[in-house]
Amino acid sequence: MFRAPMAATPLVDLHDLTKRYGEGSVVLDRINLAAAPGDFISLIGPSGCGKSTLLRLIAGLSPLTGGSLLIDGRTPEEAAAELAFVFQEPTLLPWLTAAQNVGVPLKLRGVPADQRLATCARVLELVRLADRAHAHPRQLSGGQKMRVSIARALSLSPKLLLLDEPFGALDEMTREHLNEELLAIREAQAWTAFFVTHSVAEAVFLSSRILVMSANPGRVHTEIAVPFAYPRTAATRLSREYHDLVTEVSRLLRSVETADT
Amino acid sequence: MSKRLLNLLLPAATGVLFIAVWYAVRFSLSEDMQFLLPSPGEIIGAFRTNGADLAHAALNTAEGALLGFVGAIAISSLLALALSVSSLVRVSLYPYLMMLQMIPVIIFAPILILWVGPGLKSVVVITFLICFFPLVVNTTQGLVSTDRNIVELFRMYRATRPQEIFLLRAPAALPYFFTGLRIAATLAPIGALVGDYTAGSSAGDGGGLGFQAIIYSSQAKYPALFATAAVTCVLGFVFVAVVVGLSWLALHQWHDSYERTDN
Repeated sequence: MFRAPMAATPLVDLHDLTKRYGEGSVVLDRINLAAAPGDFISLIGPSGCGKSTLLRLIAGLSPLTGGSLLIDGRTPEEAAAELAFVFQEPTLLPWLTAAQNVGVPLKLRGVPADQRLATCARVLELVRLADRAHAHPRQLSGGQKMRVSIARALSLSPKLLLLDEPFGALDEMTREHLNEELLAIREAQAWTAFFVTHSVAEAVFLSSRILVMSANPGRVHTEIAVPFAYPRTAATRLSREYHDLVTEVSRLLRSVETADT
Repeated sequence: MSKRLLNLLLPAATGVLFIAVWYAVRFSLSEDMQFLLPSPGEIIGAFRTNGADLAHAALNTAEGALLGFVGAIAISSLLALALSVSSLVRVSLYPYLMMLQMIPVIIFAPILILWVGPGLKSVVVITFLICFFPLVVNTTQGLVSTDRNIVELFRMYRATRPQEIFLLRAPAALPYFFTGLRIAATLAPIGALVGDYTAGSSAGDGGGLGFQAIIYSSQAKYPALFATAAVTCVLGFVFVAVVVGLSWLALHQWHDSYERTDN
């Protein structure tokens, strides 16, 4: 097959990916998708469309039923070192300080303590929490906990960042701030992201591509390319084009949801 | 008045009231019945005359209680680890653990004396049996109650089984472990006392508070009997206080049960 010589090989390559639970209903039906390095892909859709399941499959947390899934040309298990997952809950260890929590993946990988310390300090700086390094999770606000969780994911310098509604439990203001911070960090560390969300505004602000999914069975309904150039800032949200796109995606999402019921 | 002062004054006032009622009841009894309820003064007097015996017995009981308690902590933690690893092991052992808890120590004691010998050894085993169940149940519960998402996170970072247990499950189980420890701490001195009462009598010099209680009641030394009860209470308080202190050390920085509510 002909390939343009300059085209980047996909970092994530899904071919007819199918997921079924037991003999029951099909959760994901023949998903095809190629994510190029640097893509920021949001998955949005009605509940039950399998967007979180798709993320878990890519993370290797759950086996696929059919089709193929390659990350950097390898299986998720083989590529485990390249990916990091951010859950909807901060999932911090409450008995560790913020810095120690950030260091957990490094510790599990056997990185010596002095190197760990340096990395933790650097990553906490990145999420603007250097001054809270020695606080325990219960002393942190919801937004701060999420920042620690993201810092922990970034501690291993992943190529692929998988985020499952990370800001879903936060208030609007905090969410917008963290969206901006996430993009700022991305400018500094070129990872590729899959981002599950319920918020159209968030998806449009963050993504280079939005996949609108439909349920029963879970399929990719439409893909939307977001044309705004990076770096995006708070000012992006004020633009006419941004609002038009949010409206368009919202309308699309509603049509998918009503078709389902 | 500050809350702290009130928290000190109120229990003190209750104590004074209690002693006043005690004296009132005692002196309302007819003279030939007053032996049934010795006054606090007489009990303090009993400490003076029997102090050496009581101290010796208290040390023996404390030793038995401590050894049984520590043994129960060690063995129950290991067993809890084994139970937490596999639900099959859990299912197959749980009924028998329950049964272990149901063993009536009083009936079992004579056989136990034959098995391990009287005195300290029997006391340790009986204390162990009494402390074991709450420890193993709580610790196991703690080890299997780890946040599922964090377990997945560990698996995703390819944590080894020992890493998962010692960096995640064990610390996460600490609050449960200390719940079991507090229950066991109240049981340990009682267990040692019961053990001593049933199996300590033929130990000679090694007799503890239970054995003293038998002697005092046979000699109708009722004030000394009350003094023995008081010593047992103090022993129990020491056990609980140590555990409460350890629990504070291990948990106050991060666990919600120590969260300050005044900020």
